[in-house]
Amino acid sequence: MLRPSHFAAVVLFALFASTVFGITQRETPMRMIRYGIYCFALFVGSAIALSWLMFFIAR
Amino acid sequence: MATTPNNSAAAQKESQQGFVYLPLIAGWLVPGGGHFLLRKWGRGALLAASIVGIFVLGIAMQGKLYSSVHDVLDILGLAGDLGNGLLFIVGRVLGLGADQVQVTTADYGTRFIVVAGLLNAIAAVDAHNLRTGRKS
Repeated sequence: MLRPSHFAAVVLFALFASTVFGITQRETPMRMIRYGIYCFALFVGSAIALSWLMFFIAR
Repeated sequence: MATTPNNSAAAQKESQQGFVYLPLIAGWLVPGGGHFLLRKWGRGALLAASIVGIFVLGIAMQGKLYSSVHDVLDILGLAGDLGNGLLFIVGRVLGLGADQVQVTTADYGTRFIVVAGLLNAIAAVDAHNLRTGRKS
């Protein structure tokens, strides 16, 4: 059974979801790559930001 | 070079010939299948790798494949799982996935499988849009 850490799961999820979003939501290859990277950064960045927010709320 | 109205009309007419929903159905049944039908090999391969990858990770994490419905949330989960097409059917036939979610990673896995189905639906609709000429 695969047991990734929470962060590893977020990164894997972001990688695959961003790939699909990039390909399906934009028309040219360069714009697909840029949008995919943008979605990946938003997925991972928002997970990190929300994690810190919850850390401080829980203290 | 600019496209003349005649060329544009001809291209549109050509794109409407045949069964326009075939890429949509193929894309739903097999991840990336709709794009392969339209000879978009690179896009299809990346979509297939991403969707199959996230599904396999979900199964490897002992995620749950929804089979029966007990409440509203189960209906949503089953709808998401059905988006996987043949992956879901094969998974059910082979008895893959867990019956009960008992550890945290299995919960992640269940979400991975549902999201794989939703992403596959997006990919299938994209193939349909390519087929109808709404997207290039």
